[in-house]
Amino acid sequence: MIRVVLPAHLRILAKVSGEVELEIAGPVTQRTILDALEARYPPLRGTLREYGTLRRRPFVRFFACEEDLSHESPDAPLPEAVASGKEPFLVVGAIAGG
Amino acid sequence: MSGVRVLVGTRKGAFILTSDGKRKQWDVSGPHFTGWEIYHVKGSPADPDRLYASQSSGWFGQLIQRSSDGGNTWEPVDNKFVYDGVPGTHQWYDGTPHPWEFKRVWHIEPSLTDPDTVYAGVEDAALFRSTDGGKSWAELSGLRKHGSGPHWQPGAGGMCLHTILLDPKDPARIYIAISAAGAFRSDDAGATWKPINRGLVSPHIPDPDAEVGHCVHRIAMNQSRPDVLFMQKHWHVMRSDDRGDHWYKVSGNLPTDFGFAIDVHAHEPETVYVVPIKSDSEHFPLDGQLRVYRSKTGGNEWEPLTNGLPQKDCYVNVLRDAMAVDSLDSCGVYFGTTGGQVYASADAGDNWAPIVRDLPAVLSVEVQTLS
Repeated sequence: MIRVVLPAHLRILAKVSGEVELEIAGPVTQRTILDALEARYPPLRGTLREYGTLRRRPFVRFFACEEDLSHESPDAPLPEAVASGKEPFLVVGAIAGG
Repeated sequence: MSGVRVLVGTRKGAFILTSDGKRKQWDVSGPHFTGWEIYHVKGSPADPDRLYASQSSGWFGQLIQRSSDGGNTWEPVDNKFVYDGVPGTHQWYDGTPHPWEFKRVWHIEPSLTDPDTVYAGVEDAALFRSTDGGKSWAELSGLRKHGSGPHWQPGAGGMCLHTILLDPKDPARIYIAISAAGAFRSDDAGATWKPINRGLVSPHIPDPDAEVGHCVHRIAMNQSRPDVLFMQKHWHVMRSDDRGDHWYKVSGNLPTDFGFAIDVHAHEPETVYVVPIKSDSEHFPLDGQLRVYRSKTGGNEWEPLTNGLPQKDCYVNVLRDAMAVDSLDSCGVYFGTTGGQVYASADAGDNWAPIVRDLPAVLSVEVQTLS
């Protein structure tokens, strides 16, 4: 079971409270987590990564295990602690703007 | 019992203000979509309970929200705005080619007859249409591809398609305006387009009367006389009597003819409203006095409307989509400011009062007249 923590604005949009739990078959990567997240919560499509290019939005960050994984390949395996559900995958709105 | 519903988009959410036909007491609902920029909210003329809202943020991009109960509840619909074909390039601020990139929806215009058909004007400038209530969007790419697109340049606020006018007498006729490309018209429901900028003169561009390149801020029409258009250009208030084919200046005695918002009285096609702003570098009213100017002669002769508006120390702006009129017998006029006030006049501008004073900066104001 993968645990995902969304920022407040996206929790409202997805109509969830607290952490989101996802089942992912196969490798646990940024891409497979985001694919599963968007499949479960269609309003999130386009909010974390751009349509077409599927690039991460500039002010969206992915943290886990006290590391910034935002610049890792979307297909790189995530830490075992995330894959096992011990640690959450954090989606963070960057501190920017006012 | 008649009434009005004022739809307000702000920097940090949407608000819905309702009143009966007297327009004295107001209920304020909101914020909706708290913390998000709401560039525009507009209701369907064919079904007043059908509303569309453009919701965006620098973090999470663009969403379109739809309500089927007058704004009590909302549901996100499709937010996939993909340019048709290879997008190509327009000019960047420095004159170099820059790829077309979707940024946000500035303006939503529901069809006059079908609640499920709605147009969206976006940045970088393009026109999209949905015929399924916002569940999917397709670009009307004849506009961007008509020939001059590679020469369009953004204005200071971005290259936005901010005005969409649907002709109530001819369903095939659509007007749009882009900063800073100019105005365009389609006579075949959006398939093909022509620039309609003849008569516009912009001294700050290399060719002052070029076919495209003018910073049109807003166009307005009276629904009963759609062949006559009024325009607030960057500088100059303009008028066309032939569906935009030719424009002439009607700034007349305005103390400054820079501004953003413009609208026309619901029942008097020659009565026009503007909010003069000091200049393109000083986006606030002249002398700190917030004044709506009204012409009852279709331009040139303007009178200041001040009763109930701050006449000292006022340095707000009124943005292009932040003025609207209702269609009650005594026409109501509304506008919002970057200081968070929404002012209303129930007597065509003679007297004003704030409905609310302390909202986030107001980006847009629309009004629905309810029966």
